[in-house]
Amino acid sequence: MNKNKEQLLNKRYKAEQRFRLYGQSAIFMALLFLTIFIFKIFSTGYSAFQKTWLIVPVTFDAEIMMLEQNPSNEDLQDADYYDIALKSMANLDPNANEDQENELKRMVSYFFEKEIKNELLNEPNLIGKTKEVYLTASDDLDQVFKGNYPRDLPEDQRRVSDYQLKIFDQLVANGKVESKFNISFFTNADSREAELAGIASSFMGSIFSILVCLMIAFPVAVLAAIYLEEFAPKNKFTDFIEVNINNLAAVPSIVFGLLGLGVLLAIFQLPRSTPLVGGITLSLMTLPTIIIAARASLKAVPPSIREAALAMGASRMQTTMHHTVPLSMPGTLSGTIIGLAQALGETAPLILIGMVAFVNTIPGSPMDPAASLPVQIYIWAESAERGFVEKVSACIMVLLGFLITMNLFAQIIRHKFEKKWS
Amino acid sequence: MKKNGVKMIKIKAKDVDVFYGKKQALYNISLDIEENQVTALIGPSGCGKSTFLRCLNRMNDVIDICSVKGEILINDFNINDKSCDVVRLREKIGMVFQKPNPFPKTLYENVSYGPTIHGMAQSKQEMDEIVETSLKKAALWEEVKDRLHEPGTGLSGGQQQRLCIARAISVRPEVILMDEPCSALDPIATAQIEELIDELKKEHTIIIVTHSMAQAARVSQNTGFFHLGQLIEHGSTDKIFKNPDNTKTQDYITGRFG
Repeated sequence: MNKNKEQLLNKRYKAEQRFRLYGQSAIFMALLFLTIFIFKIFSTGYSAFQKTWLIVPVTFDAEIMMLEQNPSNEDLQDADYYDIALKSMANLDPNANEDQENELKRMVSYFFEKEIKNELLNEPNLIGKTKEVYLTASDDLDQVFKGNYPRDLPEDQRRVSDYQLKIFDQLVANGKVESKFNISFFTNADSREAELAGIASSFMGSIFSILVCLMIAFPVAVLAAIYLEEFAPKNKFTDFIEVNINNLAAVPSIVFGLLGLGVLLAIFQLPRSTPLVGGITLSLMTLPTIIIAARASLKAVPPSIREAALAMGASRMQTTMHHTVPLSMPGTLSGTIIGLAQALGETAPLILIGMVAFVNTIPGSPMDPAASLPVQIYIWAESAERGFVEKVSACIMVLLGFLITMNLFAQIIRHKFEKKWS
Repeated sequence: MKKNGVKMIKIKAKDVDVFYGKKQALYNISLDIEENQVTALIGPSGCGKSTFLRCLNRMNDVIDICSVKGEILINDFNINDKSCDVVRLREKIGMVFQKPNPFPKTLYENVSYGPTIHGMAQSKQEMDEIVETSLKKAALWEEVKDRLHEPGTGLSGGQQQRLCIARAISVRPEVILMDEPCSALDPIATAQIEELIDELKKEHTIIIVTHSMAQAARVSQNTGFFHLGQLIEHGSTDKIFKNPDNTKTQDYITGRFG
């Protein structure tokens, strides 16, 4: 009997040990996947924050630019920069034939003319002089410089010719290639050219969408939750509503996208591809999440607090507003942030309402066309150019950073509220 | 208290029936409660004494399935009448609960909440006075006067319950309902509260539900014994404890059941 008891006890301890082991290995697995994921994103993406520049001497020849003596600012604006830009590139190899000159031109971005123009607008007294100007390297050379380019492929399978590589290597050897922090990745909108493409449009698009979503979903959801939890009679009808809110939370997001397309765009004729429509669509998706979270945290407020307030002669409204709602706010806010974080990462409904369009302007309001970060990732991941590979990872990093900042913000708000009420 | 030799009746319950859905919880309760006296309601768990207490400030309204029939006259006014305003009623009838339930706010805010919502103070100074007198009456002032702006939830259990009493008396109610106010407290805190109850009955009519027969005997002048939803017997505490009419009361008091 005694021995049996001992065996049983051992068995119970062993079971606990096994369970601990399972738990630990589960956590280990989760951490491992997370580490692999983050390592992969960072190792592919970090190079996107650097940009390669070619330093090319440019002679600002007034004659070629068709400028008269003492040109005004307007003259400088209207001057012809294309020819001096072409000439500067051609000068990299004095012996180049016409085809090779063309190849030389393609070593920099098509933006090079504008970069030269900006140089002169900043420093008008450069006319007639020569200055070394930083020009954005083409995305392929950018990748060559970062070591991501398979140089040993046969030439006909590469977009960079042997000739371009030869000139580029000469420039590198002369110290005329430089890598700098890629500001334009944050300030430019999307572009077909990988070296010029940036996330400004999609970043602003995401911010506007989230703001619209927050402004619609939060008040509606909180009011709905308070009414259902504190005021509505408990009957079959409210049960029915509750079941449907739970169902709504499980509806695939693409269905909301179709709703946005069919109702907001087709019936209400709202402008397509805009954060306004995106935000409204996302708010439909976020509503049930916030309602459920807000109701749960209202339910968690101890009934004794409600009774205390009611017994003091507070009306139902006062009981709710003075006591129950403030106590439920931390939970409601974290639910809201979770809902918004979901909305921030949502792609499918935005694609349906047209936020997948190629947008090369930065939106100034929710009424302007814009992309959003997850859609931008989708667009770039689809692109063939090698330059976009690192951009996809970089964009994911920005999106993750955005999410982490949001969560941090939520934690801070939560902490503040809880301190006040405990 | 006697006026012209007649005890003043503060609350008069007539044939009160309470139902939770289809289940009847109270049967035909008729009970008179005297002014400025402590009335104890005793009985085994589930006998309906708390339910009856909650009828007196209509806290049962909160429970959807609960319905109350019969008349409850307070100052000769039927509180179950449609014209009765519960907010007004609860201003006059304070309540202290079984578990201390201070608001998760500061001590000051806890006590000033009632006077604030009922607009009882014109100025900050007046409010300070109300808070001070309420805390003094609840015998808590000396212990907390230096930390009025700290959270009320940081007090000990007994202090929290006295804070709840201070909160209840801050609006100067005519009646205070106490639902087992000492069941979560240790003997010392219980003794303090009992002393307090004795003091409070000078200005308030007190009805206390208790599981402790000793407590009922100590603090009350009148006692009602409930069993299975019926008021078996009521009368002066002396009589109920020493010479009850009903054998059930006798059995309960001597500890033979319950």
